[in-house]
Amino acid sequence: MNVIETSGLSKRYRSTWALHDFSVAVPAGQVTALVGPNGAGKTTLLNLTVGLTAPTAGTVTVLGGKPAGSPDALDGIAFVAQDAPLYKNLPVADMLQLTSNLNRRFDRGYARERLSELGIPLNRKAGKLSGGQQAQLALTLALARRPRLLVLDEPLANLDPLARHDFMAAVLLAAGGGMSVMLSSHVLAELERVADYLILISGGRAQMAGEVDGMLARHRVLTGPAAEADLIAQLLPVVHARRAEAQAHLLVRTSGAGEPVPPGWEAHPVGLEELVLAYLREPGAAALPGPARVRKSEPTEVSR
Amino acid sequence: MTTLNTSAPWHPATSTRPVQWRRLGAVSWRQYRLSAAGAAVFLGVLATYLLIVGLRIRSGYASLGSCHLMASGVPRTCQIALMLFGGYHVWGETTAALLLAVPMLIGAFAGAPILARELETGTFRFAWTQGAGRTRLALARLALPAVTVTAATAAFSQLFGWFYYPFFAFPADSAFAPQYFELTGIAFAAWTLAAFAIGALAGVLIRKVVPAIAAAMAAWAGLLLVTILYLRPHYQAPLTIRGQNVPGASPWLIHQWWTGPNGQTITSEAKITQLLSHPERGYAQWTTYQPETRYWHFQFIESGWLLVFSLLLLAATIWLVRRRAA
Repeated sequence: MNVIETSGLSKRYRSTWALHDFSVAVPAGQVTALVGPNGAGKTTLLNLTVGLTAPTAGTVTVLGGKPAGSPDALDGIAFVAQDAPLYKNLPVADMLQLTSNLNRRFDRGYARERLSELGIPLNRKAGKLSGGQQAQLALTLALARRPRLLVLDEPLANLDPLARHDFMAAVLLAAGGGMSVMLSSHVLAELERVADYLILISGGRAQMAGEVDGMLARHRVLTGPAAEADLIAQLLPVVHARRAEAQAHLLVRTSGAGEPVPPGWEAHPVGLEELVLAYLREPGAAALPGPARVRKSEPTEVSR
Repeated sequence: MTTLNTSAPWHPATSTRPVQWRRLGAVSWRQYRLSAAGAAVFLGVLATYLLIVGLRIRSGYASLGSCHLMASGVPRTCQIALMLFGGYHVWGETTAALLLAVPMLIGAFAGAPILARELETGTFRFAWTQGAGRTRLALARLALPAVTVTAATAAFSQLFGWFYYPFFAFPADSAFAPQYFELTGIAFAAWTLAAFAIGALAGVLIRKVVPAIAAAMAAWAGLLLVTILYLRPHYQAPLTIRGQNVPGASPWLIHQWWTGPNGQTITSEAKITQLLSHPERGYAQWTTYQPETRYWHFQFIESGWLLVFSLLLLAATIWLVRRRAA
């Protein structure tokens, strides 16, 4: 089952396309990272997924084919929007009561226990909590709904490093129970350790989508003399080239570890961050599931 | 080490029944109970004022006793009582003029923030993605305040009727007069509901609390003005008589004019003044009016269309919530 499936999904705000012909299928039971620069369309995609926005064209379904935003779909999805909007003048206990009343399932015992473990007092108004506590409260309300899919929009943006760690630990713990998670960020480093599945979005288009391990296995970095770099680039699908004075580092797509290395060159495995940065620097490059979508792109040179 | 059961698997709810209305009602009440308390205090203060002043008006009315409006021979005690009652009358008129704004204030302040605040503070992203769904939630959040403000102001206008009754009875004022018509009967509550519905729609369109309230009040006042000037006189064709002695206790005069020998309308002020003191053959004065017996008929017509209008606006509001792109 796919927890999120989009097909030709497009969203236009006035004259700009926030999302254009966006097609991905996110399998269930994974932690999916939606990564891209600011303004790439991450929030638009997530809003479409939870039905806050209607698409201009295309379709989006969730939880195995349910129309996004339908009551049936919302029943199984918990969404924490950017900056974790809460009713600031309501005490924490009232937020629990309210959320419980707004949903068919709400595990109040879990929510209370978790909040007390976090040291968040039930009688404090939500607006008086620290940024980290507000994020944790929003997450607690979402998790207590026992969703099948948890959608988090930039959940870590306003948190200090300790709060980020605690927040992600809670998300991962919950994900261990079989819940699917989709979270967005413009900072990849935060998600590198946790993501099973990655969607790279840039300029409203899906640039890369797939399992992280597979993605890393299909790329490697070749290091060799800069003079030969152009020759290599004609032979191999180079995503991104980085040249120093004597040496060139080429990020190439590969069919596997067994692929031969050109003489005089060395092959290294690529890190996720390096891979993503390379793709973001090459907006023309794309690595999407399906043979038709992978295309060779001419590498542009970045001199250092 | 945590002992929380964070990894409990998702389990489908046993029934597919949506979240009950009772629970959405509880949410609605929790969200607006503060403004409900505000409105209750506001109406309570006004009601206390009406009660206190109303009792004094009653005692003034009682001391008029058997005094009659006579050209001459009014006893001195009656003159004093009449003068006092006249003072109360001015007081009452001023109060009535101020109370005209009550439906606007209650309705706009109750209706406009409901959706505008969610949209302004961004909490709609929380509220509209809960399992209940945004349509049912919006319905619950609008319906409960709509019913309570309508009921509260309906009760309040009955109190006003009691407060003002001596001036209606005296026959000085007509409850059918434009300045009292919407304060009495069922029109007061209908106008409050209209202000509420205008406020709710303004809230979802403007998406900011204060501008939405301001826009709702302006729109409501405009609607009231148009209604008084152009709509209400025509709910039923007015009656026309020759002269100015309109039959019945307290009719609502719509229009008076003079015609000349050839049936033409006299527009000259000087000629009319002359005709009033020296009637001439061939000239006639005409009066159109709505008899007071039509009071309830008009009340039902006005409240009826206001109710339909309000329900349409609320339906439009829900529709906008449904299709609104964030």
